Formats: sequence, structure tokens, C-alpha cells
Amino acid sequence: MLESIWFILWGVLWAVYFMLDGFDLGIGTLMPFLARNETDKRIMYNAMGPFWNGNEVWLIAAGGVTFAAFPTTYAVMFSGLYTALMLILFALIFRGVAIEFRGQVDHAGWRNVWDICLTVASFLPALLLGVAFANIFQGIPIDEAGIFRGNLFSLLNPYGLLGGVFFVLMFLVHGALWLAVKSEGALHARAVALAGRLWIGLAIIAAAFLTATWFYTRLYDNYLQNPLFYMVPIVLIPLGTVAALVMIRVYIARGHWWRAWFSSSGVIVGATLFGVVGLYPNLLPSNLNPAYSLTVQNSSSSPLTLKIMLVVALIFVPTVIAYQSWVYRLFSGKVQENDLLEEEAY
Amino acid sequence: MDALLLSRLQFAAATFFHFLFVPLTLGLSVLIAIMESKYVRTGDEDYRRMARFWGKIFLINFAIGVVTGITLEFQFGTNWAQYSRYVGDIFGSLLAIEATAAFFLESTFIAVWALGWNRLSAKAHAVTIWLVAIASNLSAVWILIANSWMQRPVGYVIRNGRAELDDFVAVVTNSYAIHQFVHTISAAYILTGFFVMGVSAYHLLRKQHTVFFGKSFRMALNMALIFSIIAVVQGHMNGAKVASAQPTKLAAMESFWETRQSAPQYLLVIPDEKNQRNHLEWGAIPGALSLLAYHSTEATVKGLKDFPEEDRPPVTLTFVSFRIMVGLGVLFLVLTLIGWFKRNRLEESPRFLRIMLYSIPLPYIASEAGWTLAEVGRQPWVVYGVMRTSDAVSPIAASQVMVSLAAFVVVYSLLGAAAFFLIARHARRGPEPAPVAIVERRD
Repeated sequence: MLESIWFILWGVLWAVYFMLDGFDLGIGTLMPFLARNETDKRIMYNAMGPFWNGNEVWLIAAGGVTFAAFPTTYAVMFSGLYTALMLILFALIFRGVAIEFRGQVDHAGWRNVWDICLTVASFLPALLLGVAFANIFQGIPIDEAGIFRGNLFSLLNPYGLLGGVFFVLMFLVHGALWLAVKSEGALHARAVALAGRLWIGLAIIAAAFLTATWFYTRLYDNYLQNPLFYMVPIVLIPLGTVAALVMIRVYIARGHWWRAWFSSSGVIVGATLFGVVGLYPNLLPSNLNPAYSLTVQNSSSSPLTLKIMLVVALIFVPTVIAYQSWVYRLFSGKVQENDLLEEEAY
Repeated sequence: MDALLLSRLQFAAATFFHFLFVPLTLGLSVLIAIMESKYVRTGDEDYRRMARFWGKIFLINFAIGVVTGITLEFQFGTNWAQYSRYVGDIFGSLLAIEATAAFFLESTFIAVWALGWNRLSAKAHAVTIWLVAIASNLSAVWILIANSWMQRPVGYVIRNGRAELDDFVAVVTNSYAIHQFVHTISAAYILTGFFVMGVSAYHLLRKQHTVFFGKSFRMALNMALIFSIIAVVQGHMNGAKVASAQPTKLAAMESFWETRQSAPQYLLVIPDEKNQRNHLEWGAIPGALSLLAYHSTEATVKGLKDFPEEDRPPVTLTFVSFRIMVGLGVLFLVLTLIGWFKRNRLEESPRFLRIMLYSIPLPYIASEAGWTLAEVGRQPWVVYGVMRTSDAVSPIAASQVMVSLAAFVVVYSLLGAAAFFLIARHARRGPEPAPVAIVERRD
């Protein structure tokens, strides 16, 4: 029971990370396509400036919780996905440093270097996180000793890559909508137009991904084999995700940017939870032999640790949500050109 | 080279680099919080300018500290999978608590502080930097509890083929952690003090912004002096803690080979690790080592030769890093005491100011030496007496680690250079000009 609660929390932490840092990664990737001049770029930087750092901590929390609640999964997953994870980590280093260092020196060459870093280092984690999770959904080659029997290229299989493209598109739509919320004028108009176009791509890839999931993974088993009592609530997750995807379109058409962004958050959270629910009770399925899979039972921490960590989570996660919401409200206004005059602006 | 050695090098490179930025974050956040509180209390515009000037350096430093910290958390999984699996029940939860209880707070409010000068009242703004200061120091508490568990494991049982948590209170109240916290925090505040004094000295030597940097210097001096005293006194007590928790580390840091009663300390020692003796021992202080380790000049101290060879840490490195740390610690006390007597006539002492300017790197060296002592001296164990470092590594290919290690070295060198350039540039440039008093014209 405790293990299952932690499994849900584990999924929720990843989902929140994708939802929050997703728009940062999206904006970073879109920078060269949306910014026409230095002011546009600075508005884009400042649109994520107050938030990116706090958003990234959700990744640390998700990683920390994997370590604390499912140490065996943490060990096998992170050592198995070594190269992919290192690429993500280095990219996140460059992303963070690009945001913080770019504005420190008033020199076009300096800024260009960091702009390139930002775009590459935003795109790469978006893609690789998608590749990694798609591979987790379909199972990775781990043997009975928990040793990974593949390499980076075996992760770049068709389903893995489709997952990568799916994540990139989700984050791009999410980032474009965040920019629609935070900007005005021509930049805002371009962000809205691009969000609309990207949405079509996202809808197609989402449909392809859901179809491919049927053939490549066993995620649907949990949706089909459970008794009706469980099925009703969990089936709401994929249905809700699809509904949220449709609502993005509706809200874009009506010009409700915040609502469109929240719908896009719903898509990201829903897609993550769809996969996580389908995985249960596996955390890391083995495609060599189902018996080698790491599950909530065989990879979890001791009951005492899970209990203590649950108390910690129940106190601090709501606290974090409360003060981060306050910060989002404090900086909820559009980034205006005279905001850029402030000394500490990005 | 195998995956084990490469992983050790990689972790060492990543932690050493990370720790170039951590102490200044710990100390400067507190110093800036004090500056801003003074501004709120007195309305003296200088303190606001000080918070802003030092704050900009803080932000650059903080950015690198954050991004390099993330790789550390994940390296336990990538490179030390067997370790993670064996002790994750305890160690993993401490890291997770650090993230949820402290790091979130720090990372969220740093942005509010940086961008909130015109959005928040002066008082609320000061609260945000206090939150950052408290959270970053709280982060240190949890990280050091985790590290102390590796130094002196407590509150666990070996069950189901791994170390499982048995007594959470014992883990968080580990006496080793309390010592390590006081010691690390003292070191961080000394480093911050010397950093701020050094940069201030640069400007005082050039007779520019003298009021601004005189105030900064004196605040930093107070911090460095207080914590130099604490570090020396408490560092001495640390010796006894190490003696009881890790007798091999004690013997290695003194290069002490033969077990004997009323063991002396020597002023000068040249270890000869290969032949298990010392080339030179000079200037014996009788009974000093016994006193340090067991509070009695008569006590028996166990020499390295009485430990199995496979349980001994590398002696020379442990020994040298200990001497560097202690030597510099004493120097910091001397320099801050001199500073205390000169504090009101700093500009008349250019030689002292020059010494302080060139002393900026010294606390960095002392901090890294301290961690070398702590971590190398713990070898061959990753968790002292429980798990060997050689059993902790992931089942990964050496070639993978070789590539990532090379990437760490290249990327971190570039980042280090960029950060150094930005901090030095801003420090040299000095603060924004003081606001000109607005005088109403009455004609």
C-alpha cells in the first residue's frame, strides 16, 4: 500500500516537472523561430526568468524521490540510461547558465553564444526525456542482475524516437502558449500563430503515439484488465488528456491564453500519468524477461523510510506548491519593455 | 583505467568544482541578508547598495553552484549504482528531504529576491533574502547529515541484503554531523569574509568608494574573525571525533605508523608511504596527539601498521591535505586578528590590504583540502566500515565514463572560466553610484 502511494507520488512529481520546466524548454527551443530582435529575445528570457530555477528543482525532487523510495530502480535506471542522462544533465547545465549569464555582458557575440546554448540545451532534454520515458514504457533490456544490456542507440528505436518527438511537441506548444500569456504585440501574435500550427502536429503525433503504444507496450493492459471499479477513474486520465488537447484549440480560437496554457498543462500531466498508470506495478519493465522487471514491491525502500518520507512529502510538497503559486502570481503580468530596464532583468 | 577509478575521478572533479561555489553561497547569502536588514532598520542607502552590489556576485556564483549540484545528485545513480541500491534507503531519503525542504525554498526565492526590488516592500524584500540564506544553510545541514552517515553510519540495520533505516532520529542527530556542520559552515563564512575583504581591499587600495568598501570590509571582518575562532577551537574538537569514528583517518592524517602510548605530534613530518615510515619527524610535542584524540596525554594511539593494509587510506594525500587545512586555518585567525586592530584605519595600511586582496584564494584551498581529508581519509570505504568504494560502482563500461569525465573536465573548465571572468569583472567595476539627493528648488 505504502509502495503504491509512493508510486503515485513518483509519477506526479515527474508530471509536475514536465508541466513546469516544459514551458521553459519549449521557449528555449523556439527562441530562434520567434524572436526577431534583441527585445523579443529578452522578453522571452524574462518570461521564464523568475521561474526556471524553481521549476528545475522538481526534477531534483523527482530524482531524489526515485532514490529515496525506489533505490533499486534509481540505481538501475540511472546507470542503465547513463549516456542519455549525462546528455540531459550537461544540457541542463548549459540551459541554466545561458539564462543567467547572457545578460551579464553587453556584447553581441557573448549573447549569441548563450542564445545558441539555450536553444540546443532546451531542445535536447525535451527530446531525450521523451525518448527515455517512451523506452521505460516499452521496457528496456535489463537482466536479472539489473544490468542494462543496451546502449544509447538501442534507446533510439522507433517508439523511443516517437516519444521524443511527442515530448518536444508538447513542450513547444506549452512554451508558445506561455509566451502568448507573457508577451504583447507582434511577438505575442507570432507565438499564438505558431502555437496553433504546432498544435496540429501535436495532435497527429499524439494520435500516432497512442496507437504505437498499443503495439509496442503493454500499457493498455492496466486499462483493460482491471475490474470496472478501478477502470472508471483511470480511464478518465486518457480521456481527460484528449479533452485537454481539444480545449487548447478551443481556447486559442477564443483568445483565452491562460486557459489554453492550463489545458496544455493538462495534456502534459495527463500524458505522463497515462503512462505511469499503465506501467503499474512496474517502474522499469524488462523486455528480456518480465520476471526481471523492477516493480513497486521489489525495488522499494523499507516501510519505515517510506513512512517517514511520506510525512516529509505531505508537509513540504503542499508548502512548496503554495509559495511557488505565490511567486507565479507575483510575476504573472506580461513582460513589458520597461521591465527590461531593471538592473537585474535578464 | 577501469570504471571504478574513472568514476572516482569524475565524482572528485564534480564535487570539487561544485564546492568552489557552495561556501560563498552559504556565507554571502547571510551577509547580504544582514546588509539588507540594516538598510531596512536604518534607511541608510549604502546598505541597500551593498546588498545589490554583493548580490550580483552572489547570483553569478549561485547559478554555477545550482547547475553543478544537480549532476552530483544524479551521479549516485549513474556511477554508484551498487552504492545507491545498498544504502538508498537511508542516504537517498536524506537527499530527497534536502530537495523538498530546503532547495525548493532557496531556488524559488532567489529569483524573487533578484527581480523583486521594485515589486516588494523593503521589508518583504529583506525577508526573501533571509529565506534564501536560511534555506541554503538548511540545505547544508541535510547534505552534511548524509555525508556524515557515510563517515559514521548510525541508526541502520543490515537487512534484505542492504542497509535499512532503523532509527531516523539517530541518523539526523549523528554527532559527526553536528561537528561537520559547524566546521563546514565556519569554513564557508571564513571564505565569504575573505572574499568580501579581498574585493573591498582592491577598491580601498585605489581609494575609490572608500565608505562603501570600508563598511563592507568591516562586516566581512567580523564574520571571518568570529568563525576563524570557532573553526580553530571546534576543529581541535573534531580530532577527537575522528579518532573515535575513524581511527584509520586519524592515523593517516598524522602519518602515524607505530602504535604508542602518549603519542606526540611533530611540527614537521615527511611521510614515506612506501616503506611505512616517515622520512623525517621533527619538533615533537610530547603527548599532543594522544591529547587531541583522547583528551589525555597518556592515551594510546593506534598506528597505521596495526590496521590491515587493505583498510588503510592513502596516507600522503590525507596527511598533506590535513596540514594545508590546519595551517591555513591558523593563518586566517592571525590575519583576521590583525584586521581587527587595523579595522578603523584600513586605508593607512596598504600592505595589509594587499595581503588581504591576494588571500582571496586561500580559503578556497583550505576548503578543498578539508574535503580531501574527509573523503580520501575515509577510503577504502565509501561508508566507513560498511561498504567499500570498490563495491559501490555501477556495472557500466569504462569507455562511457571516460567520455563523460572528459566532458566534465572540458565543460566545467569553460564554466569556471566564464564565472571567474564575470565575478572578477563585476567586483572590479564597483557599485552603482550613490543616488544624488534631490534638492527642491525654491525660487
